[in-house]
Amino acid sequence: MSEQNNFDTREIINAGLITAAVAVSISVIGMVELFANRDLIAGIITVGQVWVFAPIIYMVYYKLNQLNIESSGKQFQIGAIIGAITGVSLALVIILQEAFNIRQFFINVSPSLIEVLGFGQTGFVGSLVIFLASTAVGLLTAGFLMLPPRWKAALFAGLAWTFGIGLFSDVLSERLRTFFGSNVARAIFVSKAIQPGVALVVFIVVTGIAYQWRAGKTAVSHRISGFTPKQQGNFRWVQIGFGIVVMLILPQILGTYLSEVTNNIGLFILMGLGLNIVVGFAGLLDLGYVAFFALGAYVIGILTSTGSLGIAGMNFWVALPIAVVVSTLAGLTLGTPVLRMRGDYLAIVTLGFGEIIRVLALSDVLKPYIGGAQGIIQIPKPAIAGVPLIKPEQLYYVILIAVLLAVFISWRLRDSRLGRQWMAMREDEDVAEAMGINLISTKLLAFAIGAAFSGLSGAIFAGKLTSIFPHSFNLLISINVLSLIIVGGVGSLPGVAIGSLVLVGLPEILREFAEFRLLMYGVVLVVMMLAKPEGLWPSEATRRELGRDNDDGVPDDIETLATAQN
Amino acid sequence: MNNSNVLLKADNVTKRFGGLTAVNKLNIEIEKGSIYAIIGPNGAGKTTSFNCVTGFYEVSEGTIYFDGKLLNGKSTDQITRMGIARTYQNIRLFPNMTAVENIMVGEHPRLKTWWFESIFRTRRFIREEQAAETEALRLLDFVGLKGLGDQLAKNLPYGAQRRLEIARALASEPKLLLLDEPTAGMNPNETAEMTTFIKNLRDQLGITILLIEHDMRVVMNISEKITVLDFGTKIAEGTAKEIQQNPKVIEAYLGRGAASGLEN
Repeated sequence: MSEQNNFDTREIINAGLITAAVAVSISVIGMVELFANRDLIAGIITVGQVWVFAPIIYMVYYKLNQLNIESSGKQFQIGAIIGAITGVSLALVIILQEAFNIRQFFINVSPSLIEVLGFGQTGFVGSLVIFLASTAVGLLTAGFLMLPPRWKAALFAGLAWTFGIGLFSDVLSERLRTFFGSNVARAIFVSKAIQPGVALVVFIVVTGIAYQWRAGKTAVSHRISGFTPKQQGNFRWVQIGFGIVVMLILPQILGTYLSEVTNNIGLFILMGLGLNIVVGFAGLLDLGYVAFFALGAYVIGILTSTGSLGIAGMNFWVALPIAVVVSTLAGLTLGTPVLRMRGDYLAIVTLGFGEIIRVLALSDVLKPYIGGAQGIIQIPKPAIAGVPLIKPEQLYYVILIAVLLAVFISWRLRDSRLGRQWMAMREDEDVAEAMGINLISTKLLAFAIGAAFSGLSGAIFAGKLTSIFPHSFNLLISINVLSLIIVGGVGSLPGVAIGSLVLVGLPEILREFAEFRLLMYGVVLVVMMLAKPEGLWPSEATRRELGRDNDDGVPDDIETLATAQN
Repeated sequence: MNNSNVLLKADNVTKRFGGLTAVNKLNIEIEKGSIYAIIGPNGAGKTTSFNCVTGFYEVSEGTIYFDGKLLNGKSTDQITRMGIARTYQNIRLFPNMTAVENIMVGEHPRLKTWWFESIFRTRRFIREEQAAETEALRLLDFVGLKGLGDQLAKNLPYGAQRRLEIARALASEPKLLLLDEPTAGMNPNETAEMTTFIKNLRDQLGITILLIEHDMRVVMNISEKITVLDFGTKIAEGTAKEIQQNPKVIEAYLGRGAASGLEN
């Protein structure tokens, strides 16, 4: 990277103006005000304020990384300029509102927004406060970035944990109340926020641990690498055993509400794993993936419902394999006509297929069989030995088994001849064919296995909800699943889980922000694509493709090495 | 097709793209164990005729027989499984797969296990995978890339990529190997090495080789028989000597001035 000690002031001012525009927009559309109702740290910081300052922090971080300036004075200057410009713009919002009542045009510029921006102050004082606060945030960010890496990582961890606990405090306090009684819960949390004192303790403790973490980690891994192979094998089993125990007792820890959220995440993980085979492994862009989910659900509905539309009154467990088989066959059916299509064309055709299924489900023609817009109701919950799995804590285990099965199959297939076939096809279809790979069967297998996972997910979904309606199967589900794969990392199995946690779990827990869910969703996707296109947990292959792996073991003198072999 | 010594026989093969005739009534007979070259100026239809043989293009007219079996109407992967492998003029490896993975994809036609065996890791599957990897490493060694198996194909130097592509083609154990300008972009040293290497392929492995090449020295050196194409039509066929003295070839392809240079 080139070092430069001078920066283009205009460029920084531009960056400041962009930041200001983002911060003002966030305020003016009502996001800040809505989020201001939620304290992070009781009486000190609200989520709304975080939203106002987040653009400044990100922009300073981005610019300093990009410009790579040595002098600390200049770095502070950049932070101050970006912060100040944003501060002036936000102050202008307060002043304009006072002077001209701009609320006529921007209905969200309410007195409470002004109060949030001015930290309780209004008028001139308020505008001065927001200006100073913004500038301070810019300076602090610049200063933070100049810290030695170890401190930076430690402080970052401390802040992240404190804010994270604050953000999820209502869920956490509910859990604390269940386990330790309401006194403990009240000592730590007040009305959906963390107590300031506790926040400070959390911050200090986490920062301290994080500071020691690196040294501790190397020591531990050093110790482990010193194990004999047999000990290492045992250690592995201990890890696996621990993982299994955690997975088994998880619903007891999480309670009903969080188990429900976990179940939703699980169903999306299941779909994501299926789509990951189609898109991630085989490189076939499928936008109508929800169709198989719908099919799985409807097959369960028709076969098991005790209502007027049920035709068989079957047991859930008998109907489940039928649902999976039907989805798989549907995958083959969709796969056959689109075999010769690539890229964009494939995406459009699959998009159409997904819509056809949804429209069919809504149609009058099929209404006598699948209920049209009224859907199918009275689907019994799956039961084990006559005991229906009513609580989400119980259904959790069904989903867990399904997810583990899908992970296992995905993993084994990826590391096999079929996995190589998919990969080769993704890289270069023509050459793959010239290597003797039958593209037809390879593609159909991807579609069919992907559809099977999705059908399984849909079947459990129907048993979980006990009623299904066509509008549950709209295009947004397909987009959702595709997005979670992209955010997690295309082709990566852990990535699917991470993606589901972020894109399905977070919005569920932060339900009150539903109004801005799609907006944030869009922002997350755009930022991800700009900052980390390989995903949160990229597969090994993607990491290689994007060349993010700096230490991939390529010898510098590879040329000589190659010729030396002759 | 009684003559069992003929491996590939193209009969009146014609390929038209709309109004353009890229290959016009081409007749070729390649004997088993020979090195056969197709030369000709740019756009003469050399690569097109390759694509016809491998099934990437469907021929407009004529028939192609391989080992006594008709190739017309067969798909590319079927033809590969019958024993024809190829390399490309502009190297087409799987860039984001390692060298070993590339070769293992090439081994595909020889592997027998079903896909679901990999889920259960049957003993047969494990044995076959291990054998495939051993074979891939052996081939890597054979083409002189020992120790580079874990490198991504795209990170390999140009010459190594050419060799890797040949290793990948060899992995399917072909009877006929089609090489599309194997020495393109190489310096004289590398070219000489590659020439020896191609000769070795035939001599050691007994693989029949059909070659497209621009470098006259390579062609004249190793090919037993040469066909010269110009505007999709065969204008000459014969040994290196015969081709060199054919006035038609000199006029169409080498140019009047270049003919004297070849004499040296």
